[in-house]
Amino acid sequence: MKIQIDENGYYGRYGGAFIPEILHRNFEELSSRYLDILEDSDFQKEFRQMLHDYVGRPTPLYYASRLSEAVNARIYLKREDLNHTGAHKINNALGQILMARKMGKKRILAETGAGQHGVATATVAALFNMECIVYMGETDVERQQLNVQKMKMLGAKVVPVKSGNRTLKDATNEAFRDWCNHPDDTFYIIGSAVGAKPYPDLVARLQSVISEEIKKQLMEKEGRDCPDYLIACVGGGSNAAGTFYHYLNDERVRLIEAEAAGQGIDTGKTAATIHCGTEGILHGSRSLVMQTDDGQIIEPYSISAGLDYPGIGPLHAHLSEIGRTQVLAITDDEALKAAYELTRLEGIIPAMESAHALAALHKLKFLPEDIVVLTVSGRGDKDMPSFIAHFS
Amino acid sequence: MNRINLLFQNKKSRILSVYFSAGFPHLHDTVTIIRTLEQKGIDLVEIGIPFSDPLADGPVIQNSSNIALRNGMSLSLLLDQLKDIRKEVSIPLVFMGYINPILRYGFEKFCARCAEIGIDGFIIPDLPMREYLEEFKTTADRFHLENILLITPETSDERIREIDDNSNGFIYMVSSASTTGMQKSFAGSKEAYFDRINAMKLKNPRLIGFGISNRETYDSACRHASGGIVGSAFVHALEQHPDNIPAAVDTLLLQLNS
Ligand SMILES: Cc1ncc(COP(=O)(O)O)c(C=O)c1O
Repeated sequence: MKIQIDENGYYGRYGGAFIPEILHRNFEELSSRYLDILEDSDFQKEFRQMLHDYVGRPTPLYYASRLSEAVNARIYLKREDLNHTGAHKINNALGQILMARKMGKKRILAETGAGQHGVATATVAALFNMECIVYMGETDVERQQLNVQKMKMLGAKVVPVKSGNRTLKDATNEAFRDWCNHPDDTFYIIGSAVGAKPYPDLVARLQSVISEEIKKQLMEKEGRDCPDYLIACVGGGSNAAGTFYHYLNDERVRLIEAEAAGQGIDTGKTAATIHCGTEGILHGSRSLVMQTDDGQIIEPYSISAGLDYPGIGPLHAHLSEIGRTQVLAITDDEALKAAYELTRLEGIIPAMESAHALAALHKLKFLPEDIVVLTVSGRGDKDMPSFIAHFS
Repeated sequence: MNRINLLFQNKKSRILSVYFSAGFPHLHDTVTIIRTLEQKGIDLVEIGIPFSDPLADGPVIQNSSNIALRNGMSLSLLLDQLKDIRKEVSIPLVFMGYINPILRYGFEKFCARCAEIGIDGFIIPDLPMREYLEEFKTTADRFHLENILLITPETSDERIREIDDNSNGFIYMVSSASTTGMQKSFAGSKEAYFDRINAMKLKNPRLIGFGISNRETYDSACRHASGGIVGSAFVHALEQHPDNIPAAVDTLLLQLNS
C-alpha cells in the first residue's frame, strides 16, 4: 500500500482540517495553490538557489568512523546542524515565506518552543523584508533568552504567551488566534509537519530536500541509493518527514523514530506522544495526542524544548499504526549521554533533539555491514545551559 | 417541532442567546446559571464545554474555561449535572465546545446523552461543515440534534448557501474576523457584511455573535438578524459577581439595554 496523503489531507485515519470557519478561506486557498506553487519553475529555481547559496545546502552526509566503530555499523550523519541558523527548520521557513510572497501576504506569523523555528522564520522575514510576529510561551521566553534576543535583533516581534501553560502548544494556539484576527494579509509559517491540511504535506515536501540529498550522496559514497536504516527524532515530525520522504515506499529501508520519553514513559513526565498518546484532534488535525480521559490536552515534558509537543504530525501516527516505523522512546538521560558520546567521538555537539536520535543507535541491533543514516537535525549551541547543568 | 425551530417561529426579533463556560465561576453553578437565565427572559442558552486549548476564543473565555477545568469540570460531570435540567427549564439549550473532548467522550455516546437530557443541539467551532457532513451528521440526525454552523466575513456567498442548505435551526453569524471577545461597535464594514448577508435571503434565521457587549452592538445584531449571542460580556459579568448569579444576569441585561 502506497503511503501518501489523500485529497482531504488524510494519511489513513489521521489528518484532515478541523479549523474554525474564519480560517476556511485561508486554508482552502493554500490547499488549492500549494502544489502548483511548489511545482512552479520560478518558485523551484528561487527556492533551490536560496537553499544552496543562503542556507548552505547540500548539507554533508558524513561518515562517522569512530561512532561507527562504537556502534558496530556503518553510520552516516546527515548534517542539518550545518544549515544557516543551525537546524533543519530553515528549509521549511524559507519555502513557506516564498509561498507567502507568491500569495501576496504581507505579515508573517510563527510559533516557537525552543526558538529554532522562530529564529529561522525571523531570519527569512528579515531577508525578504516582511513583518514577522513570533508567538512564544512565556516560560520558553525565559528559558531561551539567546534565541529571543536573536529574533529581536532580526527585527521580529516576540510575543510572550501567557495563556495555558505558557509553552509551545499555547504559542501555537495564539498564532492561530492572531490569524483568526488577520485572515486577509497574514501567512502562518507553521514550524513542523503538524496542523490542518495542507500543512503536514507542505512541510514534509519542503523538508524532503533532506532525503533527496541522502539518495544522491549515498549513491556517491556507497554505490547504492538506499540505506538499511534511517533514524530521526520526532517532535512534530518535520525533520523525520524530510529524512524519510523519498524512502516512505521503499521497503528495503527501515525507518526509525526517536521520541522524547522525558523521565520515562511511565512517569507522567514525558513527551512520547506515539507511546503514550491517544487519538484526538489538536491544532486542526486528527492524530495522536497526549490527553486526559476528558480530552484535555496534557502538557508534555522533555529536557528538549523542541520535542515537548503534545501532538505528532498525522503522517507519523499513520506510519506507526501501519508498522512502517519503529518508534523508540528515549529518556533525558539517554539523550544527554548520546550527546556527549557524539561530541567526544566526532567533535560534533548536537542539539538535544538530535541527541534523541543518536541515543536510538544503542537500542537497535545492527549487522556490521548495515548502512545507517541518522539526521542530526540541529546543533547544540542553544542547549549549552542544559549540558552545563547536567554535567558540571 | 424541536425547541430551536419553535423559538424562531414564535419570536422573530431581539432573540438573546447567552453563553457561559460550565464550571465557572464555581464547579456546581451550571444549573443555577441556566435556571436564572431562563427566569430573566433569555431565549436560548449555550452551555460551554471547557477545553484546555480553545483556539477560537479570546482572553475572557480562555480564562473562564481554564478556571472551570481547574475547578474540576469535565464533559461527563457536566452531563451528570444536567440530567434533570428539563424538569425545570424549557428554553432551547445547546452545547458549545471544541471537538476533542467530545470525540474523547465518544460522539455517539455524547449524542445519546444529549438526547436523553433534552439538549437541542451543539456548536462546535472547530468542526467544519465538510467534516461534519461526512463523519458526524448521520449520528446527530439519529438523535435529532441540530448542528449549528458558523459563517464569517471570510465565508464566500457560495459557501454560505451551502451552509444554509445544511442547517436547520439557525446560523451562527460571526460578527467579525476575530476570536470571541467584547467590542464596542459594529459600525462600518461589519454592518456592510451584515447587509450583504441579509440580502441573500437565507432559509435559516441568523443570530449574530462575537463581540456583542453593549446596547450598540446588540441593537445592531437585532437590526441585521433575529438577535444576538453574548458570551464574553456575560462571562465578564460572572467574574464581577461570582457569588450572585442573578446580579450577573442583571448586569448583562442592563449593559445590553441601556
Ligand atoms: C534541532 C531540532 N530538531 C528537531 C526538532 C523537532 O521538530 P521536528 O520533529 O518537526 O523535526 C526541533 C524543534 O524545535 C529542533 O529545533
